[in-house]
Amino acid sequence: MGSMNLAITLLVALSIAAIIGTVLQQNQPYTDYIIKFGPFWFEVFKQIGLYDVYSSGWFLFILFFLVLSTSTCIYRNAPNMLREMREYRQNIQLKTLSNYSNSYSWELKQPMGDVQHVVQKIFPLNGYSARLKEENGYTLIAGMKGGASRLGYVLTHLAIVFICIGGLIDGNAILKAQQMLGQLSPETRNIPANEVPAISRLDASNLSFRGSVSIPEGSSSDVTFINYKDGYLVQELPFSVKVKDFRIEHYASGQPKSFESDLVITDSRLEKPLEQTISVNHPLIYDGYSIYQASFSDGGSDLELLAWPLVGGSKQPRKIETKVGDDLPMNLYKQPWVLETSNFRLFNINPSKDPTKKFENAGPSVQFKMRNKTGEAKEYLNYMVPVDREGALYYLSGVRSSPAEEFRYLYVPVDEASSINRFMAYLQALSDEPLLREIASRENFTGAQMLSKDAAQFNEAMIRLTGLFVESGMDGVIEQLEKNVPLDKRKDVKELYVRVLQQMLGAVYIDVLTKEGVDVSLGVDEKKAAFFDAASAAIGSIGRYGSPVYLQLSSFVHHQASGLQIAKAPGKNLVYPGCAMLILGVFLMFYAPQQRLWAWLESSDDGVKFVLAGHAIRNKIDFEKQYNQIQAQFNRVLTG
Amino acid sequence: MNSTQTALQFELDQQSFWKSLSLFDWVWGFIVLLGTGYAYATYAPLMDAYEKGILISAGASLVALGWHWKEIRGLSLAVFLLSIFGISRYVNGLADAEVDFFLRFLVSSQSAIMWMSALYVLATVTYFVALFGRSDFAGKVASAMTWSATTMGFVGLMVRWRESYLIGIDVGHIPVSNLYEVFILFSIITALLYLFYERRYQTRMLGGFVLLIISAAVAFLLWYAFDRNAADIQPLVPALKSYWMKIHVPANFIGYGAFALAAMVGTAYHIRTRAEQRNSTGVAMTLPALDILDDLMYKSIALGFAFFTLATILGALWAAEAWGGYWSWDPKETWALIVWLNYAAWLHMRLTKGWRGTPMATWAIVGLFVTLFAFLGVNMFLSGLHSYGEL
Repeated sequence: MGSMNLAITLLVALSIAAIIGTVLQQNQPYTDYIIKFGPFWFEVFKQIGLYDVYSSGWFLFILFFLVLSTSTCIYRNAPNMLREMREYRQNIQLKTLSNYSNSYSWELKQPMGDVQHVVQKIFPLNGYSARLKEENGYTLIAGMKGGASRLGYVLTHLAIVFICIGGLIDGNAILKAQQMLGQLSPETRNIPANEVPAISRLDASNLSFRGSVSIPEGSSSDVTFINYKDGYLVQELPFSVKVKDFRIEHYASGQPKSFESDLVITDSRLEKPLEQTISVNHPLIYDGYSIYQASFSDGGSDLELLAWPLVGGSKQPRKIETKVGDDLPMNLYKQPWVLETSNFRLFNINPSKDPTKKFENAGPSVQFKMRNKTGEAKEYLNYMVPVDREGALYYLSGVRSSPAEEFRYLYVPVDEASSINRFMAYLQALSDEPLLREIASRENFTGAQMLSKDAAQFNEAMIRLTGLFVESGMDGVIEQLEKNVPLDKRKDVKELYVRVLQQMLGAVYIDVLTKEGVDVSLGVDEKKAAFFDAASAAIGSIGRYGSPVYLQLSSFVHHQASGLQIAKAPGKNLVYPGCAMLILGVFLMFYAPQQRLWAWLESSDDGVKFVLAGHAIRNKIDFEKQYNQIQAQFNRVLTG
Repeated sequence: MNSTQTALQFELDQQSFWKSLSLFDWVWGFIVLLGTGYAYATYAPLMDAYEKGILISAGASLVALGWHWKEIRGLSLAVFLLSIFGISRYVNGLADAEVDFFLRFLVSSQSAIMWMSALYVLATVTYFVALFGRSDFAGKVASAMTWSATTMGFVGLMVRWRESYLIGIDVGHIPVSNLYEVFILFSIITALLYLFYERRYQTRMLGGFVLLIISAAVAFLLWYAFDRNAADIQPLVPALKSYWMKIHVPANFIGYGAFALAAMVGTAYHIRTRAEQRNSTGVAMTLPALDILDDLMYKSIALGFAFFTLATILGALWAAEAWGGYWSWDPKETWALIVWLNYAAWLHMRLTKGWRGTPMATWAIVGLFVTLFAFLGVNMFLSGLHSYGEL
């Protein structure tokens, strides 16, 4: 058990397990793993515990064995080591000394007392403490230095045991045991904390945990949530935490500088509530609980949105009021929809394309999902203020089908008043059949040579194509044409229809401008022409947008929530002393190597026989140098 | 008093540490004392008890370091004078870096770091010239270049520290906060460790090998600076605004530097072993003897291990303040543990099983790759809390 081979094997096993845990991202939602590995491997990996390697049974088992192996090692060797530390080896024999590679013998004329005196001066001079032993016929002076290196050995190994045990206490092994005994089961539903059943709750007597909770400004919480497996557990606290205020400060360049929360702790054991401000790197420690500033999020901002119809219907936008975090059922074009608002951001600091500025603020944004009656949803990210893109301003609306995708953006151009009105008027005009009919007959796209009956038919076809364009874009129009026109005429017909459709769109746009009161008798300026191109492109992609309305954020009241991490880690009372022992031990082991010197003095025929010997287990090269210096010193003093 | 006693007294007097100090040593002690005293007198009202303690012990350590490793005195003085000169050239703010001759070509942080880069690369070449040409003179030149490069690296960091405050008083911070800055730190620490052992073992033959890895770091640094504009000073994210950063990062890089040194000595060990097997009389035989290389490898891994342990523990203490737990199994933490376990196993094999020679040299080289992954690979391939230096 205490063998080195086992210890090394365990170290290697621990490393490999640790590598697995870094390569496979840990503690992600189970659905992500299913997508990544498929249902079969998902289940296999789940059973081996690969989604939470560091608290899996086998990992804890390795750790447990490492503790056992190290403890055995200490139990076996520490008594010896500690004895060695104080042991001067005064029973050593002359033969052993002469056999050491660092050894020298003198025949001296000086009196025994003088030589002994020299040894007792030279040893301490070089940092060796000395012990004298007088025996029958000889005197032995044993010197030692660096005894503490043995202590270093004991300290480092003891430290490993301390740290591992402390870590096990603070890990979630206890939760795991409780779950196995059926006393605990994670909650997977998204329900209010007070409705979570007792099987998923931990009371305040729980020894150690690390949970997080998001508290809106002005609200308080007396629980925290522990992420566990594919759900969460509710940890009750013996006090309540209120977030009075949450603040973000920014650098001049726009990056966040600090996150701070003003907390109020209310506890029946306290005479008056405890108030303290925490920030990143400055937690509050209260009653063994540590409360950290971990993150921030929206705390249910009040939003007012304008829903602009994108398909047919009314011309006026509908006003909608909702809150971040709420699900709002709506009835749009006789279909039920649910608006699920997930986030609001006051700033969007993005890297700037302008070389003189590092960052620019794209202003507030709202993120939401539109869920249809079949339960399918697309996610949107809409910016409140127009964003500059190559000199023109646009309302940006990002859309994606799953969180794994990047947002693809719809660029809605704005008119001279920076409003969305012209775009919407243009879109509605394109859906207004009587208007299209009037324009088609007024403009007479086919020219004079066509019979009036054929021209009417052609105009009707154009109106249908315009509708198709609004519904499914230019791609839809081309697809439709290719389906209905024989192969040999396809190219000509396609060109004709696309050209006339362009003219139609242009005429509708001119009509919109005229009704707006713009004078178009001398044509349109470059900006208005660019608007036409951008608006037509945007309308062409509305078919893929997936929502029947465009939601424009018109006003908001910002409420923030502070993300707190609340932890209790009594294991640190073992881990921290363990760390101190580890540092001390490592430095002692490497920088206080144990070295020994002996001086053997014995009366000979005409004087004294003096044998000097030295021995070190480690750093032999350094020791040899040092020994040679000491030997030379003796030589100078005694024979010089 | 007989002759033995006289000789003993002479010996006792000889050995006295204080008597072995030269005049320059005393001047050195006095200068550092003066500087520390000045800093204390000027800034004491702005410092808390910890900072006062750190200032005083830094002064004392610098005196002791200078007494035990004489070259440090020259380095410190050069760094001090050049840094003060550089800082004093900034009169009207950062724009001076483009206008002032000295800043532009010598002591602005960018220029100083370019000097450092150029000198390290030149020193690498010169060390190899010394090795292949068996030229003592070239070796001395290479050493001087390495010292100068290290000086310029320190000056670059010092001036950069000041420059960060010129951007904005709330932006200012010690330059060990991103990948660009720690690469400079890595280069100068590795060079210093090497220079220490160069003097200790009286051999310049390893210089080329060690400087090779510094040159690689310099190449990365230049690519990173020019291709990714990494040389710009960025304000700190809130999680990094902590005193722990000042000690956690440098301690870590003493570890990384020492591991890199050990790996390069391991390479030299392999070369020398091959040469001995072929009974070669070539250049490889001018490398230090195998037992010396082995000893050096052990010493640098021991040093690296000690500081890496310290750094990891400091990191854990910091994490307890910033992330709410002393250990989160974040990829960077986990890889630090893997590096630690790897060298712990290396040391166990050497100290208790008595392993020596080529397997240990190979292991030291493999260890560098493990370390490199922990240092760079984690930032490149894995995501986690430690995402301060992204590539």
